[in-house]
Amino acid sequence: MIVTILFFALALIAISGAVSLILQRHPIHSALSLIVVMVAIAGLYLLLGAQFIAAVQIIVYGGAIMVLFVFVIMLLNAGAEERTNFSRMAAYVGLPLAVVLAAGMAWWASTGSQSLPTLSGEVTQTHALAMMLFQEYAFPFELTSILVLIAILGALTLAKRESGQE
Amino acid sequence: MVPISYFIVLSAVLFGLGVIGFLFRRNIITMFMSIELMLNAVNLAFVAFSRAFSQLQGQIFVFFVIVVAAAEAAVGLAIVILIARNRQTLNVERVNLLKL
Amino acid sequence: MSDFLAQHSLLFSSVVKAAILILMALTALAYLTWFERKVVAHIQSRWGPYRAGPHGLLQPLADGVKFITKEDPMPLGVDKFVFLLAPFLALSLALTALGLIPFGPQTITLFGRATPLGITDLNLGLLFLFALTSLGVYGVALAGWASNSKYPLLGGLRSSAQMVSYELSLTLSIVGVLLMAGSFSLRDIINAQQGWQLHFLPRWNIFAGPLPQLLGFFCYFTSAIAETNRAPFDLAEAEQELVGGFHTEYSSMKFAMFFMAEYGNMITVSCLATILFFGGWLSPFPGMGGWAWTRFIPAVVFLIAGISLIIDGIRYTTIYGRIVLPILGLVLCGVGALVAMPFASSYAQGPFWFLTKVLIFLFIYVWVRGTLPRLRYDQLMGLGWKVLLPVSLANVVLTSLALLVAHR
Repeated sequence: MIVTILFFALALIAISGAVSLILQRHPIHSALSLIVVMVAIAGLYLLLGAQFIAAVQIIVYGGAIMVLFVFVIMLLNAGAEERTNFSRMAAYVGLPLAVVLAAGMAWWASTGSQSLPTLSGEVTQTHALAMMLFQEYAFPFELTSILVLIAILGALTLAKRESGQE
Repeated sequence: MVPISYFIVLSAVLFGLGVIGFLFRRNIITMFMSIELMLNAVNLAFVAFSRAFSQLQGQIFVFFVIVVAAAEAAVGLAIVILIARNRQTLNVERVNLLKL
Repeated sequence: MSDFLAQHSLLFSSVVKAAILILMALTALAYLTWFERKVVAHIQSRWGPYRAGPHGLLQPLADGVKFITKEDPMPLGVDKFVFLLAPFLALSLALTALGLIPFGPQTITLFGRATPLGITDLNLGLLFLFALTSLGVYGVALAGWASNSKYPLLGGLRSSAQMVSYELSLTLSIVGVLLMAGSFSLRDIINAQQGWQLHFLPRWNIFAGPLPQLLGFFCYFTSAIAETNRAPFDLAEAEQELVGGFHTEYSSMKFAMFFMAEYGNMITVSCLATILFFGGWLSPFPGMGGWAWTRFIPAVVFLIAGISLIIDGIRYTTIYGRIVLPILGLVLCGVGALVAMPFASSYAQGPFWFLTKVLIFLFIYVWVRGTLPRLRYDQLMGLGWKVLLPVSLANVVLTSLALLVAHR
């Protein structure tokens, strides 16, 4: 029962954060809403029993990637967005279609039957994840380290000012 | 208890909201954040399925998605800084020099 | 009524423990400011707060009254929501982190349910502590940006860049401890440090095992001082440099919240240092055999403190001090006598050693502030990326090698 209440509370927080993300005018408010969404999703991971991934989500996504976004918004002094030509067709046709789609999904969800299987009481999920990551998936793991190195070099090269410019 | 389909519907709703944000916003950084929202929704679906079938591969994939999102955010934001420096605007409709 | 309490005993015992912890934490934060001002003053050959109450003990109360009654202006052009959110975020994260720390091994009974000393013990407790530390960057960055002014913006950006950089070496320097303990749970890490080696050296992580974690400890403590924006790494908020850094435009209660958040982070980091490297609540003396008398050390310490306070109070300058200080001294002697009695003695051992070690680390924090000169910002970032990060990586590699060789 507690799980149901927590699920609906976290789902509500996540959806309202996402709606706030697309409706806010200033990018910094959108960034804060995205942080709220990420923390809510970390809570949902905890409900699903994925504790390590929940912690990694908060540390990496919420504590590093979103900090990068907030830095860039502050450095570029991004202001509130200006009003541009807004497509009427999108509002008049798209929104009702989206509502129909959502109603269809809700109907499908109510006929879904598989509930959460109980936790198998595994000893440490971190241990199992680590064994799998370093044994079966060791090659993709090493590849991601090269990917991160390429990303660091790319970001440095792109954002560096040339020595000729001021 | 909560059926797994609820989690999948939530993931689909968040993904849809990310798509709406990407299509309707004009600020590059906000579009980028909508992409991150879509990636998060997909991660949620992965973890939900990993729990439903009691396999850990879903969580391993989430791990890799988070790493790739971090790398992409770093390079993407560097490009955004370059655009802001060269075109003095963050409006994606103004970056249209290659348009026919 | 008692039936309702018994059914929901987990909820009620957690609420009571959290309330007690918040009260104790806020009082400790207030008196930590007094402690810092006195110690830095004595290092600089002056007295520090001396007039507000005997030995300046009422100075935190005076500061609190000042903060509450001061004018609280909101500058023009600030983003109101973010301006109000930043100190709230900083303080709530600092206080939440204190809930993950275990204070003692014993279990007490609350509402008919045996609960451990400490709010909770997560089996990924250390990882969630680092998650809270990573989120703490937002308090500083958002405060700097929302103030709509140059100095706070610069100070906020520099401060948050510094915090993000030192987070790396902070988390890497404790991987050695994790490898040796085999678990993220703080209680398991402390329990893995029990026992003695070489007959007199306790098996704390800094002395013990295949590789004593000295390198890890120095990396951890240095990164922690930089992470909490304290001297000598406080360029981003020092008065001589940036007027006040990210909290320039804040005043009265919001400034007090930033202040309390900084000291709260200091306390959390000191608690982590004792748990990870110095054995947490474990006493350095074995409690049995020829050493059974060491169980009375807490009582003796309180008695000595109480008697010295009485002697100092009798010869104090003001009449008010001559009455209050001996009363405080008698209270301390009473606590010492209480702790010596058998029914309370076993409950007092763990928390006493834990709090003693945390106090020693807080003293080292304040000592470092009063003694070392400030680092320039590029020297600071160079230290974090070019020295501490490779050294903590080397610590991880060396610890893994030592463990491999030892368990061959």
